[in-house]
Amino acid sequence: MSTSTETIEQLATREYKYGFYTDVESETIPKGLNEDIVRLISQKKNEPEWLLEWRLKAFRLWLTMKEPTWQNVKYDPINYQDIAYYSAPKKKKTLNSLDEVDPEVRKTFDKLGIPLEEQKLFAGVAVDAVFDSVSVATTFREKLAGMGIIFMSFSEAVQHHPELVKKYLGSVVPHTDNFFAALNSAVFSDGSFVYVPKGVRCPMELSTYFRINAKDTGQFERTLIIADEGSYVSYLEGCTAPMRDENQLHAAVVELVAHDDATIKYSTIQNWYPGDKEGKGGIYNFVTKRGLCQGRRSKITWTQVETGSAITWKYPGCILQGDGSIGEFYSVATTNNWQQADTGTKMVHVGRNTRSTIVSKGISAGHGQNTYRGLVRIGKNAKNARNYSQCDSLLIGDKCGAHTFPYLEIRNTSAKVEHEASTSKIGEDQIFYCRQRGLNLEDSINMIVSGFCKEVFRELPMEFAVEAQKLLSVSLEGSVG
Amino acid sequence: MSMLDVKNLHVAAEGKEILKGLDLHVNPGEVHAIMGPNGSGKSTLARALSGHPHYAVTGGEVLFEGKDLLAMDPDERAREGVFMAFQYPVEIAGVNNANFLKAALNAKRKHFGLPELDAMEFMQLVQEKSKLLEIDSSMLKRAVNEGFSGGEKKRNEIFHMALLEPKLAILDETDSGLDIDALQLVAAGVNAMRSPDRAFIVVTHYQRLLTYIVPDFVHVLSGGKIVKSGGKELALELEAKGYGWIEPALAGR
Repeated sequence: MSTSTETIEQLATREYKYGFYTDVESETIPKGLNEDIVRLISQKKNEPEWLLEWRLKAFRLWLTMKEPTWQNVKYDPINYQDIAYYSAPKKKKTLNSLDEVDPEVRKTFDKLGIPLEEQKLFAGVAVDAVFDSVSVATTFREKLAGMGIIFMSFSEAVQHHPELVKKYLGSVVPHTDNFFAALNSAVFSDGSFVYVPKGVRCPMELSTYFRINAKDTGQFERTLIIADEGSYVSYLEGCTAPMRDENQLHAAVVELVAHDDATIKYSTIQNWYPGDKEGKGGIYNFVTKRGLCQGRRSKITWTQVETGSAITWKYPGCILQGDGSIGEFYSVATTNNWQQADTGTKMVHVGRNTRSTIVSKGISAGHGQNTYRGLVRIGKNAKNARNYSQCDSLLIGDKCGAHTFPYLEIRNTSAKVEHEASTSKIGEDQIFYCRQRGLNLEDSINMIVSGFCKEVFRELPMEFAVEAQKLLSVSLEGSVG
Repeated sequence: MSMLDVKNLHVAAEGKEILKGLDLHVNPGEVHAIMGPNGSGKSTLARALSGHPHYAVTGGEVLFEGKDLLAMDPDERAREGVFMAFQYPVEIAGVNNANFLKAALNAKRKHFGLPELDAMEFMQLVQEKSKLLEIDSSMLKRAVNEGFSGGEKKRNEIFHMALLEPKLAILDETDSGLDIDALQLVAAGVNAMRSPDRAFIVVTHYQRLLTYIVPDFVHVLSGGKIVKSGGKELALELEAKGYGWIEPALAGR
């Protein structure tokens, strides 16, 4: 009879099932980055002059910036000239119906289980599908438009609602914010744009699926979501990419703005190719996400399940400007094999009576290195601010690592800040107990890990909680040892 | 067919041999008590039979319903019908007790080609079985053993047993740490499950439990082997005289 260790080693590793490549005719611009490339991207998207200028300003600043070095993740230097900054499947012009989508691209999304037809499984979810640099389809647009809700690709929003884009673009993450935000501002490809008018509760989940396909390209999406007074919207993004030996860069920027009494719920299920068992290949996921709780009693919730990427580096945060505003961050980040993560959140309390909640669950397995980095900043005028932070790490095996860097900057004496942290190893006793009750090794680990992540999974939109759970179990396969 | 055939079992833990050639034969319908002084290997036997990874079988054979038990992984043994009530039940945070049991029960049903129970059917089964052990709804909703008192943990073990309906139930010092009331509840739960198709191995240090769960056979473990066997009166004799008188005798079975 084999011991636990032997059984674990024999567990077949399931292939990253999204690792396939779609053979579709793509238009990819030459590699390299200079002002001409920026102009080319802008021209391909038929952008107005003001937006080109905006890109160029960011690009010129980027040229003067130095890449940060404080992060707790290691990677070979990125050659920014060795990346193609735009790639789009050729058949796309303006898509009025799904029939105009390249059949290969459609097949891709079918294979990924993402329905582009409105009647399909996710009947209550509107989908914007982004393949490489372009949005290829957005469902339920008309129905939503009837309520005054704008849900379309960012590129289209630039064409149809330039005044809104101009008003809010860069208002939460200016191009000066950091190195990758500047890069993104110069070369961003596509993403989603959402505007929910006053008093409207968006009747369905809005979601975007990002699929990187072309080789040697980077993906730089830009998403902007605005919730006007008293409105509500729940948005989900999902991401996958083919298996490749080379690393690919994904440097996105997401900006959220919530007005008085508005609520934005932003959920992410990230499953970018994580690299193989030896740590070769995989996506570099360097993202800047920030929500501005501009209005009084506004609320922004970030929920993320990060299981993929060779390197995950992001701190979705909230600026709690409006009095009584609320910011929340719920995260499960897993690192297996040779994955690395340096992730967490920034909660910046500016207004009065603001509240923030942080629940971070890090799971490390294999040789994974998982770092939580969180900032809670309470400004000097932020009276009666409240923060609760809980960061828990679970270690599976003895070759992985968990690190925690909490930063608390408190400048107002009426603040109440609580921080709890725990680190535990997945108990052999717990696994044996589950097995003695008839659950096999895999199911036992999944059950224990799900229990560990429960508080976070509870925050996910129902339709995606099941997907997240499954993803978690796949990402941890072969991990106990 | 016999339920369990243990022949010349040798088990080591952390490199040290604890069971040194143990023989045991259990038929369906029987309740066997395993008693013995501390360190004699009682719990080792229970854990080795259930397949605990820290215990290495270094020799001998165990047949469960004629099948090679030692060749099976612990979860396979469980699905085949071997249950162990843990001496120290572990807590599993965030995992709902009821959901956990439903998953376990369905894993077993799947193993035998039976359809899985849905939530409604499962809850009905739970209603039936929870009454006897006074398992209230809060114990169902809480995470497995989390925040449970010692008595609640032991009752939860028997509750699990009642739901999973094993063929062979091994109780590993189920009475340790229990007051009389809890003990009686646990015993009632066990007795309710006695049947001609089911066998019990009750590992205990004290005679007290055996007043409530009356055994058919009592075996005394000493020095890694069963050195004496008898009927239920043997337990009373041990209670009166202690274990010392047995070792020099070393009378076989």
